Amino acid sequence: MLKTQGLRYQYAGADTALAFPDLHMDKGDELLLLGASGTGKTTLLHLVAGMRTPTAGSVTLAGAPFSALNTAERDQTRGKHMGIVFQTAHFVRSLTVGENLALARSLAGCAPDAAVIEGLLQELGLGHKLNARVDALSVGEQQRVSIARAVVHGPGLILADEPTSALDDANTDAVLTLLRNQAKRTGAALLVVTHDQRLKDRMSQHVELNPTS
Amino acid sequence: MKAARLARRNVLHRPLETGLSVLLLAFGVGIISLMLLMQRSLTEDLDRNIKDIDLVLGAKGSPLQLILANVYHVDVPTGNIALADARKIMRHPYIEEAIPLAYGDNYELFRIVGTEPSYPAHYNAEIAEGKMFEAAFEVVIGQEVAAATGLNIGDTFYSAHGLTDGTDVHRDKAYTVVGTFDRTGAVIDQLILTPIASVWGVHEDVEDANEEITAVLLKKKNPLAILTLPNLLRDTPMQVALPAIEMNRLTQQFGIGLQTLRAVALLIMGLSFISVFIALFASLRDRRYELALLRTMGAPPRRLFALVLFEGLWMTVAGIAAGLLLSRLGVMALGQVLEDRFHYEVTQLVPVPGEFVLAAAALLVGAVAAGIPARSALRIDISNTLGQGR
Repeated sequence: MLKTQGLRYQYAGADTALAFPDLHMDKGDELLLLGASGTGKTTLLHLVAGMRTPTAGSVTLAGAPFSALNTAERDQTRGKHMGIVFQTAHFVRSLTVGENLALARSLAGCAPDAAVIEGLLQELGLGHKLNARVDALSVGEQQRVSIARAVVHGPGLILADEPTSALDDANTDAVLTLLRNQAKRTGAALLVVTHDQRLKDRMSQHVELNPTS
Repeated sequence: MKAARLARRNVLHRPLETGLSVLLLAFGVGIISLMLLMQRSLTEDLDRNIKDIDLVLGAKGSPLQLILANVYHVDVPTGNIALADARKIMRHPYIEEAIPLAYGDNYELFRIVGTEPSYPAHYNAEIAEGKMFEAAFEVVIGQEVAAATGLNIGDTFYSAHGLTDGTDVHRDKAYTVVGTFDRTGAVIDQLILTPIASVWGVHEDVEDANEEITAVLLKKKNPLAILTLPNLLRDTPMQVALPAIEMNRLTQQFGIGLQTLRAVALLIMGLSFISVFIALFASLRDRRYELALLRTMGAPPRRLFALVLFEGLWMTVAGIAAGLLLSRLGVMALGQVLEDRFHYEVTQLVPVPGEFVLAAAALLVGAVAAGIPARSALRIDISNTLGQGR
């Protein structure tokens, strides 16, 4: 599903480029990327997601070159094949919870399907929030809705950027379980980027990023 | 979800900023559209009443007043002239048609005008019911008069002296309604027409009626009439006035006020576009993360451009629509006042060509005002924006 090769990224004004280990993930794989701040975890995630263009190296998604596409093509391919959970949940504030999920499906090119959206929200314990305003959700609920949004269009790859950094142990477990269950249900690959050592024991596969590698 | 629909939701999500922009635009468009409608109504009305009247002969005084009183029937006459003197002009070889008018009294503030059947004929006023007046004290009434007074054929009434009040009623001779005119859209709708003899008859006891009339509407046969007639009249108590020139002068004097109003309206419209511009820019800064998010969800940059552009267009279209609606409400309200006070009808609600130009121009400027913030939405760096985490 995902393959990266010799990825490097040099920020403007930086002396050296960040170099990243090659990643290889098949459908259904789980991978934890661990690293302290400054090791470029988020940069790697954004390179994988095509939100940045690598200085060197390439990203291949579902067997096709991804990092070489132009901006608009990358946006559309990302929307179709990836679901991303960000550290802080953000939504289109003018839309309800259900509409935010419908928007994710529509941008990914999926037919609107109320049953899928309602079923997913049920599963996440948010069935009653279908028509709620996103501003009215609690932080925990927002994180769960953003997980729902990342999987609602059945992507092949789920990316999560520090999904648990703001949560206590109980919630960390809950969120991680949700992510893994959803990935398993849809057969997607799950890539989690974090500095949260608590996750190390909970996920079998992990790669540690070292500073100035 | 279509960009246009999401744009509408976003716009409605910021009711205050949107409301201000729409309100300003509605007022700007509304005032200009109201002016266009009134102008159209006014010029149509003025032209309809001038209809082939080249000259008006009457007593010396303000030429504008002479025109207003005898063509539009809104001012008091400048005075009376002797029929014998007027005849000389009416039979002048340069004159093709001459219609004498003699102001009588009023009935419920509708003017009773003594004239000849050639007067209604000039305005193509057909008899709707009954017959044309023949004998003295027979009257034919316009549609507005019939509607307002409820007079029917066969009814009789007494006139009140003068033109403006109903206190001094002549009880000696009663007028009889013998017919009604079809609606013409011209001032005839608001007049009570009768043979000139009835006007003389009423005033017999007041003055030694030496056969006086108020004015004569003239249609020229030869363009030289306009140059020749004023000379002929120099040493008489009479004058001729040119309706086209006097009304032109009047609308030009109106014009200064109208131009000021138009400048104010354009200023308000300008402000509204700045308001649209600022509303979008401010919301954009507020929503950087949201827009970056849309990109990660699969919306390419051009869709963000379309989204912000549509948001601006929604506000513009809402403002234009509200403005056009507002101007029509204004016409109806003003029309009611004008009709109550001056028997002057304003019914222009159909869009006039100027309004299409106005709407198109507003839409264009709105698109430009939205296009600049929309362009900046194209340049959002999603990685930096989302990496900040906020």
